[in-house]
Amino acid sequence: MRKIIALILLAMLLWGVSKPISNIPFGMNKINVAKHYITKDISETGAANVVTSVVVLYRGFDTLGEVTILFIAAIGLASILYLPKKRVPDNPPVEDSSLILRTGCRFLFPLILLFGTYIFVHGHLTPGGGFQGGAIIASGFALMSLSCKERILSTVRLGVVESLAGLTFVTVGLIGLATGGYFLLNFLPKGTLNMLFSAGIIPVIYVAIGFKVGSELAGIIGNLMERTQ
Amino acid sequence: MNFLYANTYYIAAFGLIFIGLYIVMAKRNLVKVIIGLSFVDSGINLLLISIGYIKGGTAPIFSRPDISPLKMVDPVPQALVLTAIVIGVAVLALALSLVVRLYQEYGTLDIRKIRGLKW
Repeated sequence: MRKIIALILLAMLLWGVSKPISNIPFGMNKINVAKHYITKDISETGAANVVTSVVVLYRGFDTLGEVTILFIAAIGLASILYLPKKRVPDNPPVEDSSLILRTGCRFLFPLILLFGTYIFVHGHLTPGGGFQGGAIIASGFALMSLSCKERILSTVRLGVVESLAGLTFVTVGLIGLATGGYFLLNFLPKGTLNMLFSAGIIPVIYVAIGFKVGSELAGIIGNLMERTQ
Repeated sequence: MNFLYANTYYIAAFGLIFIGLYIVMAKRNLVKVIIGLSFVDSGINLLLISIGYIKGGTAPIFSRPDISPLKMVDPVPQALVLTAIVIGVAVLALALSLVVRLYQEYGTLDIRKIRGLKW
């Protein structure tokens, strides 16, 4: 019965959705704001990657809100999984990971960190950026917590890194407000296109986002590993 | 046939979304419901990206100076999906932590046996 009701609901939803979607031809035209972003990007922001300049500058305030959602999700997870000290259940004995996994993790962990850092430092030049680099760094921590059970992440240090990164984002935005009149103004020199030190405040903010996302996702992994055994 | 060929991405995206919604509505295991939610998440991301595509377009990156801006795909949906993927992971982890606590409290993942849920 439930399945029939679900199928009827989905059929109604499909009928309602197919009308407006059929008015959007696949692979045809762009909306006007995208044309503005693409043609004015080099002169206005100086970043080679248009997606990055949309994320960090044109819609930077929006990104601040999205980083806040991530922060609230991490806080919610930690508070849901929180157990007072005396109620912590006795962990069953955990089997040691194999030699291959341990050695492989120790070999790969620094390389993964380096790769993630490369991704978020070059966010304004190549595909990638703070969100992707942060996720890669957190995947390195996930690998580490699979192999070395005794090495538990310090949530205090992760919190410090995360708060400093968030403060950097807001401070850079507020400096723009103080010097030029609006939040997230690009007050640094734009430099030459396709150089590492170009595009003004975009690399600064994206590095901050990288640290913030990386430490938040690593904190989520640490909480899940530590409190749900 | 031509209609199918021209709209492959939309059909795949809505297929994912509707499969996910069906799982959410029909399944009784909470972990399966969360898997359905992540299906919906992926489908919406694919839909947004395919709306921004233009035929024969390139990535919106000026890696070479001779790339024409008119052949670039729409950067706005890509920027939205970029953040939505990471937020999706965090929300998935939040939902899983709720399931962990429910399992510790009730000893089951079946939503019929958890009190207060009628469906």
